[in-house]
Amino acid sequence: MTLTMFTLNAFYGLALAMNMFIIASGLNLIFGVLRIINFAHGMFYMFGAYVTFTVTKSWGAPFFVGVLASAASLAVIALVIERLMLKHLYGKEHLMQLLFTFAIVLLMSDAAKMIWGTDQYSVGYPPGLGGAVNLGFVVLPQYQLFLCVVGPLIAIVMWLLVDRTRWGRIVRAATQDREMLAALGVNVPMVYAAVFTIGSALAGVGGALAAPRVALVPGMDATIINECFIIVIIGGLGNLWGSFLGALAFGLVVQFGTVLAPNWQDVLPYLLMLVVLIIRPWGLLGRPETN
Amino acid sequence: MPERRYLIASAVVVLLLALLPLGGSRYAVDVATEVLIYVLFALSLNVLIGFTGNVSFGHAAYFAIGGYACAILLTTYGWPLLFALPAAVVLAGMVAAVVGYFCVRLTQIYFAMLTLAFAMLVWGIAFKWKEVTGGDDGFTGIKLPAMLAHHTSYFYFTLAVVAAGIAALWVICHSAFGLTLIAVRENSVRTGFIGVDTRRMRWAAFTVAGTFGGLAGALFGMYHRGMYIENAYWTESAQVLIMVLLGGIYSFVGPIIGAAVLYLLQVFTNQYTTYWPTVLGLILLVIVLALPDGLIGLVARVRAYRKAWQRT
Repeated sequence: MTLTMFTLNAFYGLALAMNMFIIASGLNLIFGVLRIINFAHGMFYMFGAYVTFTVTKSWGAPFFVGVLASAASLAVIALVIERLMLKHLYGKEHLMQLLFTFAIVLLMSDAAKMIWGTDQYSVGYPPGLGGAVNLGFVVLPQYQLFLCVVGPLIAIVMWLLVDRTRWGRIVRAATQDREMLAALGVNVPMVYAAVFTIGSALAGVGGALAAPRVALVPGMDATIINECFIIVIIGGLGNLWGSFLGALAFGLVVQFGTVLAPNWQDVLPYLLMLVVLIIRPWGLLGRPETN
Repeated sequence: MPERRYLIASAVVVLLLALLPLGGSRYAVDVATEVLIYVLFALSLNVLIGFTGNVSFGHAAYFAIGGYACAILLTTYGWPLLFALPAAVVLAGMVAAVVGYFCVRLTQIYFAMLTLAFAMLVWGIAFKWKEVTGGDDGFTGIKLPAMLAHHTSYFYFTLAVVAAGIAALWVICHSAFGLTLIAVRENSVRTGFIGVDTRRMRWAAFTVAGTFGGLAGALFGMYHRGMYIENAYWTESAQVLIMVLLGGIYSFVGPIIGAAVLYLLQVFTNQYTTYWPTVLGLILLVIVLALPDGLIGLVARVRAYRKAWQRT
């Protein structure tokens, strides 16, 4: 593999990693605070991509309006789901929560078929990001470069939000001791609703940003949800930088795997997770659960 | 021994099923065969979920290994069924033992994700090892002994094997071993304190679940005359998981009812509408929000109401 090929692949791997990180970080946030394994997260991603398609192609709005519209619509969907149903399940068994999110997947997949049909769609690169940057020995596409900037930006914003603000302190407290926090006068249900909304909106943003890269088809949610789980698990559940690291490992393994071992790319992420879990059972940056 | 009324009830169910082919409907026999296979599959998974409290996201792996192994031994190597079927079941159990060795070191979601990872590895092998498994075309044209070639005789064969499998699982689950598993589920730390090697118990449960899952898979492959990589995919694992949860995990018969109800519902719904996912989604919502103990829990609750009503 020449230097040019190596750089190009590493770069594509990074771009994929950052796109995946944006989606997975939402899943990770929701798990970290609510302790809920949200299977519907992949569906939220898919809706994000489809909403971007409708807003940019059918209504002719600029790409970034599409991204905002995706974030907003997923926030609304998530808030409705949380307030109407999910809030009744917090104290219940994990299996029930899991079944609930799976039910949401089923209902939303049929809803998507009713709204958008089963055709394949695509969203073009936004103007100004469709070109390429020439570094002399390699030419890098602008959109992937853009993803490599947005990913770390979102990571830093989330880190500041959770680690450096009063609201973040409350969120972290909610993961530790919900009852004590409520006794101190914090409206815990509102914290939960906000976390679920923000996490789901991140899936919408991730889907919107993925829309120019991938084909929009029914079923695009299924692989993404597994891949997000892999990322979150290998990083360590509930750990933001763990997810970042997990996404990097995932992106690079998938990209180089596609080149070096073609046709095995579907299995490689699982192999990666298998190796990580056998060596570090709680993920790269995770700590054993104490309960 | 089970209570007499349960024994009698089981005998009646088996007898009624045995009379089914006399009705003359090929369709009913086919549906019943498939229901029986899924019943065994769901029940095998519940050894792990209901009895040890470990949720597996990758149970389809053993189903597929049993199915593929039986198919390949019968067809490629021409083994007689009498050897091929047990060999396939043992192989599924052995793979489950190896995978389980790694999985039981973890708990909760980490456990579930590791089972999923191994299952996807099995799927990858079935997909890529084209010379042996047929790859994504599936392994088709399974040779069955002439005795079982007719759908009625295969139904009786399935009924006998599934009934024997359920009986074996019943004995296992109600033995000292099964009760120890419940203790592990209820309080793993305390069970460890009284001298039980909880990890080894969970390992054994994993192996038992994989073995019986393999048996169900072998029956499935022979019934369909083929195994396909979808049978190893995670969606298959999800489906059997839903069957178990739908029926209720804390009773032995729960998964049997869950598997039968879900499969029949799917068959009937698909005759009227293509929106099976919506129907299933709504059913799940009702279960989760209104019937957290599954269908078996519903039966228990109705009974409790009736008793309370009779007393007044």
